[in-house]
Amino acid sequence: MIVVTCPVCGAKGDETDFHYGGQAHIARPATTDPANITDEQQRDYLFIRHNPRGLHFERWRCDRGCGKWFHAARDTVTMAFKAFYGITELPPEELQKQAKGPWADEFKRRAKVKA
Amino acid sequence: MSGKPHRLAEGGSRIDRNARVSFTFDGRQLSGFAGDTLASSVMASGQRLFGRSFKYHRPRGLVGLGSEEMNALVGVGLAGRHEPNLRATQVEIHDGLAAVSQNRWPSLTFDVGAFNNKLSRFLPGGFYYKTFMWPKSFWKHVYEPAIRKAAGLGRAAEERDPDAYEHMHIHADVVVVGGGIAGLTAAEAAAASGLRVLVIDENAALGGIADLVAGRIGDGCVADIVPALVVRLNAMGNVHILARTTAIGHYHHNYLMAAERVADHDPALLAAGAPRHRLWKIRAGHIILATGALERPIAFANNDRPGIMLASAVRGLLARQAVAPGSTGIVFTNNDDAYLTAFALKSAGIAVRIVDSRQRPDGDLVTRAVTEGFDVSFGSVISKVEGTFAVKAAKIAAYRKGQGRVITEKRVACDFIAMSGGFNPVLHLWCHNGGKIRFDEQLASFRPDTHADAITAIGAANGTMSVAETLREALATGEAAAKSVNARAKASKIKPQSVEEPKRGALEPLWFAPATGGYNEGNKHFIDFQNDVTVADLELAQREGYESVEHTKRYTTLGMATDQGKTSNINGLGVLSEATGKAIPEIGTTTFRPPYTPYSFGAIAGALTGKLFLPVRRTPIFQWHTDRGAVFEPVGQWRRAYTYPALGEDKQAAITREILCVRNKVGLLDASTLGKIEIKGPDAAEFLDRVYTNTFSTLKMGKCRYGLMMNELGFLTDDGVTVRLADDHFLMHTTSGGADRISAWLEEWLQTEWTQYKVFVTPVTEQWAQFAIAGPKAREVLARLEPDFDLSNEAFPHMSFKAGRLGGHPVRVFRISFSGEQSYEVATPANLGQGLWDAIIAAGRDFGIEPYGTEALHVLRAEKGYIVIGDETDGTTTPFDVGLSGLVSKKKADFLGKRSLEQAYLKGPNRKQLVGLLTDDPNDVLPDGAYAVREVKDKPPMEMIGQVTSSYLSPTLGRSIAMALIENGHARMGELISFPLEGGKVVKAKITSTVFYDQDGGRIHA
Repeated sequence: MIVVTCPVCGAKGDETDFHYGGQAHIARPATTDPANITDEQQRDYLFIRHNPRGLHFERWRCDRGCGKWFHAARDTVTMAFKAFYGITELPPEELQKQAKGPWADEFKRRAKVKA
Repeated sequence: MSGKPHRLAEGGSRIDRNARVSFTFDGRQLSGFAGDTLASSVMASGQRLFGRSFKYHRPRGLVGLGSEEMNALVGVGLAGRHEPNLRATQVEIHDGLAAVSQNRWPSLTFDVGAFNNKLSRFLPGGFYYKTFMWPKSFWKHVYEPAIRKAAGLGRAAEERDPDAYEHMHIHADVVVVGGGIAGLTAAEAAAASGLRVLVIDENAALGGIADLVAGRIGDGCVADIVPALVVRLNAMGNVHILARTTAIGHYHHNYLMAAERVADHDPALLAAGAPRHRLWKIRAGHIILATGALERPIAFANNDRPGIMLASAVRGLLARQAVAPGSTGIVFTNNDDAYLTAFALKSAGIAVRIVDSRQRPDGDLVTRAVTEGFDVSFGSVISKVEGTFAVKAAKIAAYRKGQGRVITEKRVACDFIAMSGGFNPVLHLWCHNGGKIRFDEQLASFRPDTHADAITAIGAANGTMSVAETLREALATGEAAAKSVNARAKASKIKPQSVEEPKRGALEPLWFAPATGGYNEGNKHFIDFQNDVTVADLELAQREGYESVEHTKRYTTLGMATDQGKTSNINGLGVLSEATGKAIPEIGTTTFRPPYTPYSFGAIAGALTGKLFLPVRRTPIFQWHTDRGAVFEPVGQWRRAYTYPALGEDKQAAITREILCVRNKVGLLDASTLGKIEIKGPDAAEFLDRVYTNTFSTLKMGKCRYGLMMNELGFLTDDGVTVRLADDHFLMHTTSGGADRISAWLEEWLQTEWTQYKVFVTPVTEQWAQFAIAGPKAREVLARLEPDFDLSNEAFPHMSFKAGRLGGHPVRVFRISFSGEQSYEVATPANLGQGLWDAIIAAGRDFGIEPYGTEALHVLRAEKGYIVIGDETDGTTTPFDVGLSGLVSKKKADFLGKRSLEQAYLKGPNRKQLVGLLTDDPNDVLPDGAYAVREVKDKPPMEMIGQVTSSYLSPTLGRSIAMALIENGHARMGELISFPLEGGKVVKAKITSTVFYDQDGGRIHA
């Protein structure tokens, strides 16, 4: 039973007061370019998820509080939350740097797109 | 001299000899004293036998002192109050207590299952996997029922539990688990800071085993510090002590669960309204584990015979309840601690000799034993025990480490044995949430190492066996824990007291005491008593290749069940170590899992039973339905009127009457449960275009449109009619069960994907009472209600909307239909609902209006082929599958699920498609879910090509109708398919359109 803090309203409570929303930062291809989505892109969007040992980024909803969605960075080994941040935001810079494997690739790719 | 256990004439620190308590054990009337446990009082009555073992049904007696007890498991309480699998050592007796032994049939002394013991040559480790493999059909009909009857521990009560249970949720800065001298001392040091401290102890009396250890603190014995310590703690406002409370599990983020047995020991408390058990859910700042250590048995031949106990248990029964385990005994040990038991026995006047596997131990206690003239055999082991229902004699043999077999042995008559193989720190809670442990050669056991959480182990739980070191550790840890929670916490300033204690000699591990003869020749060296796992079983598992300790555990059942390896874990590893030649740390341990000891289902459920299990939602018309004699059905959390049988009318007749009333006259349905969501904002129309498969931006003001919703996988998740109330304002109807889910779904997309949309989503289901007036006379009924709007077909056609008044009632009226009849859904604010309902009933009286329930609603919609999400869809059904491709926009660039519908696997052939079914015999009503098969065979397996999704007897058509999802159904119109039913009957049905009634839809527009 982990303790979650909502970055929007500040509510802090057991995970049962919140709703887990799976992996964060999944881009929906149809929102940007619905006409040009390959079967593989759609498959990845729907089904392919990271399963890291260590730092992970995920979505939560403040179910019994303000009802808002937000992001969280959590260590899947220690279960410790490293940050809570807004639903439209990327993780804090230092956590992006700490990320490994597919998450590191993801943040590099996004940085490139931005640049 | 009696050979039986008995009560001594004097002594017993826990019992009150002036307070007699009478109780029953297996129906036998017994008595004991206040302060007795079930274990001590049964022993005091002269009875050794407490149960039968799990697999071999060997007679078993008491072994342990507390929660480590693995044999003496009992069921306590009558009828609904019966609780199985309690350890007799932890059951406090009270007047009227009724306890029974377990795992024996028909009685303890004569047990049919004991035949298994004779068969034991054929029941080795892993026997489940070997013996019952063939013939295959025997498993289901012969082996499994027989095993289920013979095996298993206690039985659960079948009656309803009459008692109350509750949950408590608390935060504590420092939680101390274990109320022995370590825990109490640490608690005082932590509490000095002023922080909130919680002390949890599984026993009724605090102090742990302070009364059973050697040494002196200040001027008194060790236990003397306990009463004053408890008084001081109770006087502090920030300390909360929970006795009779077992910390059963440690979870993420320092979450601790503890089960308190509030009233088990005193029925008067129950009668006064106390809950029986209370489950504590604790969020701790810092946890201090002072859970102590449990004594290890020794593996010698027939070490499970009644009368063989742990040395600490013998000492405890003597000191606390003045119960002697017998008259002549042997203390068998590999360490110094058990010498204390020998001294205690001698003081009580009981003859005792000592067998010590060590060659030349040199501790103070050993020296004292020799000086006091005890008969001590060094370098010796007990090689075998004689006696079945009780120990009759032991054979003592010389022993050197590594010796495999005994050649000569000496027979010594005795009636009990106190054994001690050393002590294992209680690591369960430490390990539940991933604490690391390391092997300690001196203890020959594991002790806590590192932990990611704010948790510290002290005292024996940390492998610290000396009293002086324990107290120092407790003071330092208590203070540090407070500091770790609050850096400004005050220092405790408590000074450690002077401690004198005997110097201890080293323990020498003894994982196996050799015997004459081979295994299974009357020589069973038990490791796990509760699961009947022997040394031979573990070695066999090794020989058969179960190298990993986790595999060995599952193959042999070592350390499983209620016991969770408390006494067997380390001994098992020791045996495996010797069998493999690997050191214990290389073998590793199995996983400790909660709960530490079993706790009741009542505690798990707490107060959430009966009406409180799930809140019931009622519509504003609920009372009227009840008064009218409605039968209710659950729809999600709602209770909806299913049908309204008249006096003497059966349900089917009532449903038929209601349906015909709607078709021929007019009916009234309470549709208030229908999900209602208001969607408002400049981007509302565009947003709806994203979430529905069809288009809503083109919907005209005052018009209604039926919409389909898919998830991103392309599967249907909801449907309903959405109305455009204003340019930027829509009212969405969802299924009754989907209202909360869909509003959360809409919110999710607005918050996470289309954050630029200016749209508010507001669930308003409960704000409105909503009724369907359906039938050819619907408009006439409405006209009687004095509408302030034009009801004519031209001004108010099907799929349109009016807001206005019906007489005195403010209403929204939607001309929509789920019955295929002319139909108006009338909504009014919930608090005005009953008034409007009464007005409609009154206005409709001349037209023969009757209320109809959900079953009539379902038949009416099925006659029209209208789908119900969750009936005609199963979470893998697309709009194409149910024949609603016309509602899937081809123009819109994007909406939820659109792209997935183009994935190959959803476009492939042979998908199941929704069709209607007419059975050959119009009286045959197919069961819901019946399977259609490609070809009927004499017996299964048959290839399934689809299933019935809805099936009813249609009063309108005077025959049965059904809908089904059938492979390629749309291309099979007119085909006859077969449904084999239970009992060999085969129903044939013709595939048809799903619209059974009024195919051209004229009635709806009438």
